[in-house]
Amino acid sequence: MSLNKDKVSEIASLAMLSLTDEQLKSNTKELNKIFDLFTELSQLNVDDVSPMTHPININQRLLEDKVVDKDKSKEFQAIAPKTKDRYYLVPKVIE
Amino acid sequence: MQNTIKSLANGLKNKEFSSVELTTDYLNFINKSDLNAFITITDELAISQAKAADQNIANNSFNILTGMPYAHKDIFCTKGVKTSAGSKMLDNFISPYNATVSDKLDNSGAVMLGKTNLDEFAMGSSNENSYYGAVKNPWNLNKTPGGSSGGSAAAVAGELSVFATGTDTGGSIRQPSSLCGITGIKPTYGLVSRYGMIAYASSFDQAGVMTKTAEDSAILLNLIAGFDEKDSTSVNRNNEDYLKTINDSIQGLTIGLPKEFFSDGLDDKVANKIMLAVKEFESMGLKVKDISLPHSNYAIPSYYIIASCECSSNLLRLDGVRYGHRCQDPKDLQDLYLRSRSEGFGDEVKRRIMVGTYALSAGYYDAYYLKAQKARRLISDDFQKAFQSVDVIMGPVSPTTAFDLASIHDSASMYLSDIYTLSVNLAGLPAMSVPAGFSQNLPVGLQLIGNHWSEAKLLNIAHKFQEQTNFHNQTPAKI
Repeated sequence: MSLNKDKVSEIASLAMLSLTDEQLKSNTKELNKIFDLFTELSQLNVDDVSPMTHPININQRLLEDKVVDKDKSKEFQAIAPKTKDRYYLVPKVIE
Repeated sequence: MQNTIKSLANGLKNKEFSSVELTTDYLNFINKSDLNAFITITDELAISQAKAADQNIANNSFNILTGMPYAHKDIFCTKGVKTSAGSKMLDNFISPYNATVSDKLDNSGAVMLGKTNLDEFAMGSSNENSYYGAVKNPWNLNKTPGGSSGGSAAAVAGELSVFATGTDTGGSIRQPSSLCGITGIKPTYGLVSRYGMIAYASSFDQAGVMTKTAEDSAILLNLIAGFDEKDSTSVNRNNEDYLKTINDSIQGLTIGLPKEFFSDGLDDKVANKIMLAVKEFESMGLKVKDISLPHSNYAIPSYYIIASCECSSNLLRLDGVRYGHRCQDPKDLQDLYLRSRSEGFGDEVKRRIMVGTYALSAGYYDAYYLKAQKARRLISDDFQKAFQSVDVIMGPVSPTTAFDLASIHDSASMYLSDIYTLSVNLAGLPAMSVPAGFSQNLPVGLQLIGNHWSEAKLLNIAHKFQEQTNFHNQTPAKI
C-alpha cells in the first residue's frame, strides 16, 4: 500500500492533529514504512480464527451501582486549564 | 556484591545505618549522575518518608521494604507529585490521586526518590522519545538504556536506586533490563493493578518491577500483585507468596527453545551468551527441547496495529480541556483540540495515533485491526501448545546489546528491535529478563517466558540461576 500526503493529512485531521509541511512530509515517509511492516499479515489465512480481544479469558466485571467515593470535583478541577462554577471552560461554541 | 533489598533491609533492621542516611546517599548519587534517569527528584518527600520509616523501625513496626529507597516510573500517578508520562502534554500535571501500585509502595514504608524518565507515554524502545531527553546507559554513556522504562533500568543498574517500578506493554521492562544488566519481571496481564497507570495500550499494559536479583523481584511482587476492584481487568484470584518456592529444586524441568527466537536477525555474540546460559541450566539438571512458535513472525504487525489502535483511542482524552497542556488563546474549540494536541504530543506518539486512527477507519478495520486480533489468537495458541510439553521457554530479550544513541532514525526500524518481546504481551504471559553475561562490556539478558500465572516458577528458575552465576552482581564503573 502507499499513503500519499493528502491521505496522511486526512488521517491527522481525523486524529485531531495538525502537521506542518515538514511534518507531513516526514510522516508520509514514516507511515508508509510502518504499513509496509504490516503487509506480511495479508498473507496469513485467518478464516476460521476468532479474534482475541483480551489476553486473559475472563468476563468483564461490573461494579455495583452504588456510591463508593466522595465527590472529588474540586481536586480534579484544580488542575484544569480553565474552570468556572464546576464547569470546564472552552471557547464559545454557540453564539 | 550490590545493594539489594534483602541486604539493605538487614542493615536497617540492625540499625547499622538509618533510612535517612541511606536515602541521603542515594539522593547524592542521583544529583551527581549524568544519566538523566529521573524527570522529578522528590528529595523533600523522600527525606520525610525516610524519617517516618526510621521512627517505625525504632518502634519495631516495619517490614522488609520499610525505609527502602526506590525509583518510580513516571507513568504511575503519584498524588501531589508531577506525573508526566515523559510528555510535554502532562508536564504540568500534578496527579490528584495515587495509582494502586503507588498506594501499595507508600503503605509499605518504601521511600520514593523520584520519578523516572521514559519514552513518551511508554512508546519507544530507546528512551529517546522522552520530552525530557534521552537516558544514558550506565555501562556506556553513548548507548541507549533501552525503553520505555529506560530511566528505571539506568537508575537500578547505575546504583541510583535499590529498585524501580516499570511497565511493559511490548517489552518495556524486559528490554531495558536486558540492555542495562538487571533483573526485570513483567507479570501475567491482570496480576498487578493498572489503576492510575497512564494507559498506552490497555490490553497489553502491565506493571512490574526492576531489581538486582530475582529474590528482590519476588519480595516486590508479593507487595504489588493482587486483585483491585478499581481496575476492571484485574483478575480476582488467591494471592501467592513468591518467596515461598524460590528455593525449590528446578531439576527435571524442561526448557523450550523456540527456533524462531534464534533466527537471522540475532547477533551471534548474544546468541552465544544465551546458549551458554542454557548449558548452565542443563548442568543444573534441566532438559532442553527444541520447539516452534510458528506465528512469531506476525508479532510485529499484530502488536503494532493493535497497540496503535488502542493508543489512538486512549490518548483522545488528552484534549486541553480537563488537564494537561492547553494551547495559548484558542480561537475556537477545534483550534483548542488541534493545537493543544499538536503542541503537546511528540513525533512518535503522533505517529502511533495516526497509525491507529487509519487502521480503525471505515474500510480498513477488517484488513488491519480485526486481522491483527486474529493473528494475536494464533500467537497465543502457539504458546499454549508449547506449554503442553515444556515448563519454561527461553531465548534472548533483544537481538543485540545496547545500541548507540541516535543510531536508529525511523520508527519502523526501531519496532524491529522488539521482535522477541512482543509475542509475550500479545498472549498476556509473564516473562523475565535475567542477566546472562556480557558482550563487549555490554550486558546480555536471557528471557524466561512462562504460562499464565507462573511467576513463582519463573522467579524460582531465575533465583537458582543467580545462585550459580555472578552476572547479576556486576556493576558498571561509577561515572
